[in-house]
Amino acid sequence: MAESHDRPPEPFTLRLRRYDPESGDAPYWDEHTIELEPHRSVLEAILQARDRFDGSIGIRCSCRQAICGSCGVRVNGDPALACHTHLDAARRGAADGVIEIEPMGNMPVLKDLIVDMDAVHWKKIKRVTPWLIAKQPVPEREYLVPRESMVDVTQTMACIQCGACVSDCLAMEVDPLFVGPAALAKAYRFVGDPRDDQHFARLNDLAQDPHGMFDCTHCFKCVDACPKDVNPMGQIMRLRRIATTDHHIVDQNNGERHEAAFTGLIRDNGILWEAELLPRSYGGPSWFGKFHPAAGKELLSSLPVAFRGLLRRKMTLPGILRPHKIPAGDLKAVQAIYDRVESREERYELNLYIVGEDEQPVPEVAVAAGFVEVSAPAGESITASSPPDHGTGNPAVTETTDHEPDPVDAGAGRSDAERSEDGGDETSEGSADR
Amino acid sequence: MKVAYWPGCVSRGFTPELHGSMAKVAPLLDIELVELDRACCTGAGVIAEHNQELADTLNARTFALAQQVPGAELMMNICSTCQGAQSECQERLDASASYRERVNGTLAAEGLAYDSDPGGEGGGFTNKNFLWLLVEEIGLDALRAKVKRPLTNLRVGPFYGCYIVRPRKRLGIDEDHRRDNYLHDVIDALGGTVVDYAGMRKCCGFPIITMNKEASLKQAGRHLGDAVDAEADCLVTPCPLCHLNLDLQQPLAEGVVGRELEMPVLHLPQLVGLALGLEPKELGMSRHVVRPTSVIDWSTSVVGAAA
Repeated sequence: MAESHDRPPEPFTLRLRRYDPESGDAPYWDEHTIELEPHRSVLEAILQARDRFDGSIGIRCSCRQAICGSCGVRVNGDPALACHTHLDAARRGAADGVIEIEPMGNMPVLKDLIVDMDAVHWKKIKRVTPWLIAKQPVPEREYLVPRESMVDVTQTMACIQCGACVSDCLAMEVDPLFVGPAALAKAYRFVGDPRDDQHFARLNDLAQDPHGMFDCTHCFKCVDACPKDVNPMGQIMRLRRIATTDHHIVDQNNGERHEAAFTGLIRDNGILWEAELLPRSYGGPSWFGKFHPAAGKELLSSLPVAFRGLLRRKMTLPGILRPHKIPAGDLKAVQAIYDRVESREERYELNLYIVGEDEQPVPEVAVAAGFVEVSAPAGESITASSPPDHGTGNPAVTETTDHEPDPVDAGAGRSDAERSEDGGDETSEGSADR
Repeated sequence: MKVAYWPGCVSRGFTPELHGSMAKVAPLLDIELVELDRACCTGAGVIAEHNQELADTLNARTFALAQQVPGAELMMNICSTCQGAQSECQERLDASASYRERVNGTLAAEGLAYDSDPGGEGGGFTNKNFLWLLVEEIGLDALRAKVKRPLTNLRVGPFYGCYIVRPRKRLGIDEDHRRDNYLHDVIDALGGTVVDYAGMRKCCGFPIITMNKEASLKQAGRHLGDAVDAEADCLVTPCPLCHLNLDLQQPLAEGVVGRELEMPVLHLPQLVGLALGLEPKELGMSRHVVRPTSVIDWSTSVVGAAA
């Protein structure tokens, strides 16, 4: 891709999804061939098509450098920022050599490639009370907070509100009311902030909501969709972890019970006992869980399925009544691991976004593109600052335990430009160093 | 080749036909399975959701047990969800020496340790789903050569399962490593017709079956319906959890999406076994909730024609 900077312009064909709801006509595909250097962006190609061939093509854009989040579209079916996608890469990903560009999913189309972000994305963001509710009394000058707790939330603050994750969310596809990846990542931004006074209320709200944090199907779509490595699904898992383990929130959606039942069954048996997981997820984490009214109702509705399974010898009665277990000695070892890890004073979470990787070989692409100066001989690995997209910030480590700090000296956080994207509530951050 | 074999939980629980068919197919592919029967569940993402270090330590224990199997070239699993959960833990363990030390400190009580570079040459520890092993270790040409009963005219829809196709970076998927297309390649190598449909890389809905049953079944029902519309004879999946939602729960999914589906769903080793000449019954295909009648009819008609 790097050498493409030297290549002369060549023809690229775009297939654009066109739709004007006000016209009353059905959506249709429109093809245009433009000429540009292969390293130029899909956005430039769309704008050229608009300028040269059809002034009515609708596309929203502003900064053209992957920071404003306006030009989210789907390129060959996958969400992307049009300005952040090279033409040659887009063509390699096309099924038939024609770059296919559609509006984002899960949001209504206003015109062509422009979707109604207000109707979906922003409504959901507002749903999570996206501002700091300060602890009282507010200090006269600034809050003093531990440095690592602010570094920790930089990942969600990297969000540029482009809607790519919302576009691709598979839970939202079947449940449009789902709060969704972007908004839940935003919620973590305040749940993870020590200056916020409403952690419990925020978590309880999103745990009890039938379309809240437990509605995520864990499909990783948002992880791959995000152009800024926010890892929304990872933030949702952190919300769940904090809600259940730290705040002991027992929700009406079986989220906490399911987690407790699963974790407990593995502790008791080493491997899963499916027949017991369902009733415990509804009724509570013990053998008696199945006698809880909620579990009874659920079991009753599952009876036809269970009966068919038995009929086909898919399930066996002994298998339903009795768990299979790993050998006793191994089960003991597994339980010892549970005891040791769960008795730690603080949970330990290694976030590779923050700490980076050990001795990560410098990616060839970055070297060739001149992003990283390398003086080490070829083949010798050197410590890279951080994944290429992160920019270089201050070294930081998110160590939250009694353990010795990780020796990794990796870059963290985002550039200032990206950080400021999150709004004005960050003014006290610098004071954390004092 | 000899592999340290992690069958997972569900393949020995609610989908025993998966474990069974893998055992039947392995010798035909010259795979020697050394079962890791001392290892525990990967946590399927749920234990990691509860406590990341706990999940990482439990999986590091499994990796350490696999590394103790003499002569095993790598570790193999038959569950997309296991692959995803284990890859996530391995990514963290491999990324940080101090974290590895911390986790191995816990494993030391049992005399175990995870080695992130067992070969000493930077090759790392290899854990592959049967699907990846088929394409990367055995090879599509070698697989094609072993086919006794090509799946001619059988229209097969691939269903990958989320954990084996995302996140792409963690799973080593890029333009040159199309692991997200291997199911297509395998169906093709076995002589079948690949049927593309909208839901083939989407979520089966299983992870939220206890939290939002309607949304969960809607997902399963919608993808199955897409496959019906694309005129697939059956689906094939490398994930037993997907199989639970797509097959075991299919009658309920039919109710939620309001249409008849009757779409048989095969486990990957079953499809491979059929093409390698095994009989539907010995591959446990009578144990499915949705009877794979179309596939069984196909297999008898093919056998009749061949004779």
